[in-house]
Amino acid sequence: MNRRRFIKTGLIGGAVLAAGGAWVVWRDVRDADASSPPRDRIVETLTAVAPVLLAGALPADAAQRSAALASVTAGVKEVIAAFPPAVRDEVDDLFRLLDIRIVRQLLTGVAAPWRDADPAAVHAFLERWRWSRIALLQSGYFALHDLVLGAWYADESAWGMLGYAGPPKVE
Amino acid sequence: MLRDPIQEGLARGWQVIDAASLAQGQDYEADVCIVGTGAGGGVSAEMLTKAGLKVILVEEGPLKSSRDFRMKEADAYPQLYQESAARKTRDKSINILQGRCVGGSTTVNWTSSFRTPETTLAHWRTKQGLAAYTASALRPWFEAMEARLSIAPWQVPPNRNNALLSLGAEKLGIPWAAIRRNVSGCWNIGYCGMGCPTNAKQSMLVTTIPAALDAGATLLVNAQAVRLVRPDAAQGRATAHLEVTPRPGASTAGLRHRIRARHFVLAAGAIGSPALLLRSEAPDPHSVLGRRTFLHPTVISAALMADPVNAHAGAPQTIFSDHYLDTLPIDGPMGFKLEAPPLHPVIFATTMAGYGEQHAALMREFNHTHVQLALLRDGFHADSPGGRVMLRDDGSPVLDYPLTDFVFDGVRRAYLAMAEIQFAAGAKRVLPIHEHAGMYTSWQQARQGIGELSLKPLSTRIVSAHVMGGCAMSSDPRQGVVDGAGRHHQWGDVSVLDGSLFPTSIGANPQLSIYAIVARLASALASELTGKKPPATI
Repeated sequence: MNRRRFIKTGLIGGAVLAAGGAWVVWRDVRDADASSPPRDRIVETLTAVAPVLLAGALPADAAQRSAALASVTAGVKEVIAAFPPAVRDEVDDLFRLLDIRIVRQLLTGVAAPWRDADPAAVHAFLERWRWSRIALLQSGYFALHDLVLGAWYADESAWGMLGYAGPPKVE
Repeated sequence: MLRDPIQEGLARGWQVIDAASLAQGQDYEADVCIVGTGAGGGVSAEMLTKAGLKVILVEEGPLKSSRDFRMKEADAYPQLYQESAARKTRDKSINILQGRCVGGSTTVNWTSSFRTPETTLAHWRTKQGLAAYTASALRPWFEAMEARLSIAPWQVPPNRNNALLSLGAEKLGIPWAAIRRNVSGCWNIGYCGMGCPTNAKQSMLVTTIPAALDAGATLLVNAQAVRLVRPDAAQGRATAHLEVTPRPGASTAGLRHRIRARHFVLAAGAIGSPALLLRSEAPDPHSVLGRRTFLHPTVISAALMADPVNAHAGAPQTIFSDHYLDTLPIDGPMGFKLEAPPLHPVIFATTMAGYGEQHAALMREFNHTHVQLALLRDGFHADSPGGRVMLRDDGSPVLDYPLTDFVFDGVRRAYLAMAEIQFAAGAKRVLPIHEHAGMYTSWQQARQGIGELSLKPLSTRIVSAHVMGGCAMSSDPRQGVVDGAGRHHQWGDVSVLDGSLFPTSIGANPQLSIYAIVARLASALASELTGKKPPATI
C-alpha cells in the first residue's frame, strides 16, 4: 500500500522513476529502512539543509545558533504533524528519500551523510532542485524552502532582524 | 479583560459536542444537518434554526475563540487553516489559504466586503439560465447581510501599505476606491488573518453561529463528514444519514457517528462540498461534479520603499482598484483586481523567493516592503475552465488546477500593472514574486524584465484565498450540480449553500456574495421545510 502510494502520488515518486536505477535500490532498501522513524530523518536532513537555507539569518553566536536550529527542527516537525495524513505521508516520503545514501547521491549529488555534508554541496543540491525541469524535484525544493524558512520566521527570536516587535498587547 | 462571546455562550449552555471526545458511536437526529460553519453554513444555520427547525452543524475544525487568537502565525496556521495554511493544488503550484475552524474562512479572512459585480450576475443569467440572479432581486439580501454584519465604509485612513496603492494609482490616473469591511469597533491592529482577538470582525464565529446556538442548534466540532448514506426502505432507512468520524489523529478516530436528517445542507467550502458528494457517490450523469472550480489565481509584487511601510500594522486590504477588470470584457483576456495584503513574518518569508544571504537581505527590508496582489478573474472564458476536485486514495480531496497560457497571459499583465503602480508610488525597487524575476530599479527595466519572464507553474508563485465552484448552479442539469435554488438536481434532500454554487469566480473577494446569495436561498428553504412564510431577513 505504501509503495503504491509512493509511485502514484508521492511528492517524489516520479522523481525516483525518472532517476531510473534508483528505483531498484529503493525497493530493496525500503523494508530494511522502515524501522527508522521518519522524525529522525527530518533531524538528519535539516542539520545540513537548514543552515544553508538560513545563511545570513541565523545568530552568529554558536550557542544561539544551535538553539535556533533546534527551534527550526521542532517547528518543522510541528507543522508536519499538523498536516492531514495524506500530506504528511508525502512529506515523510521526501525525507525518507533524502535519507537513503544512493538515492540521495543520484538525486541531490550529496553522497556524504547529511551530518558530514559540505555546505557547498548542499547549496548545489538546492540549486539543482530549485531549477529542475522535473516538477517533483522542484516542488521538493519549495517544500524545504517553505518548511524551513517558515519555521524560523515563526520564532520570535527571528523577529529582531526584521525590526518587528511582535503583535501588540490586547487586553 | 475582553469579553469572549464563545466562552459566554458555552457557559449559557450551548450544545457543542467535540466529536473527538465521544467514547462510542452516536446517533443524532435533526430536521436539517449542515456540513460546514463558514459563510454559507453560518448564514444557513441562523435562518433555519430561527425558522423553528432542529439543526445540527458539523465542523471539521475546532471551536476557537478570541482568547485563543494570540496573533501569532505559529499558532494560527495549524489551528485555524486547512493543511496548516499550506494546502496545495495537485501539482503543488498554487498555495490555498482556507479556514478550517468554526466560522470557516470568515474567522481568518481579511474582512474585504464586495457585492457580486453586475457583470458576473449577467454572465450567470445568460450562460447558466439563472434568470432570478438580478441585482434588484439580490439587493435586499445584500442590504440585510450588510446590516447584520456591520459592513460599511472603513472610516480610518488606510495604512501605508494600502495608501501606496491609491497613491500610485492616482498618479497614473487609474481609478481606485476604499474597501468596505465587516467590522464593529475595529482596533485597526492588522491581525485579521489569525482570528480577530477583539471580536470586532463580524465573522460567522461571533454572529450567526452564536445566534443559531442560542436558538437551540447543536454544533459538532472536530468532526469530519465522511459520506451521505441514502434512504433505503428495504433496509428500514426512511431518511438519509451523514456518516461522521472524528478528526484524524484523535484516539477515537475509528468511531463512526450517524446524523439522520430530513434535509442536508452542504457548506463545507468549494473543495469540501464537492468532495463530500464524490465520497457519497452522488449521481453525476453529466460529469459536472467537482468541475469548474475557481480560485482567483493570485500573483504578488513586492516593492522596496524609502520610508517605513509596516505592512503588518493596521487594517489589511482597505484600498482596491478594479481598473484592470473594468477595462476588459468579462469573457475576454483575464482581468484582475488589485489589493494590498498584510505582511507577517511567516507569510513574507515563505512567499519571498530564494534562500540564504539573498533571502535574508529581503527579510531585513520587512518594514520597508509594500506588497500588492492581483486576483485574476477566472471562469468566464472558454480557455478558463478552472480546476477539478478529486479524491485521494484515502478519500481526502485535492484540487487539480492546471495553469494554462491563458492564465499566464493575465499573470504577466498583472505583474506589469503592479510594478507600474509601485514605481509611480515611489518604489526604489520592484520585485515580482517569481523565481526568475530580477529586482527592477525602474519601470522601464521592469517592463522589459517582466516582458521576458518565463512564466511556468511552480517558478511563478501563485496563491489563492478564494475557492469557488465545483457544485455549480444552473437551471440546466447538464451544466450544473444544483439548480438556482441550490437544490441538488438528482438528490432532493440535499442543498449546496456555499461558495461551491458559483458557476464562475466572482471577480471580487467572495464572502459577501456567499452571505447574500445563501441568505436568499436559505430563507426559501426554511419556508419549504416548515410550510410557513419565508423569513424575510436575518
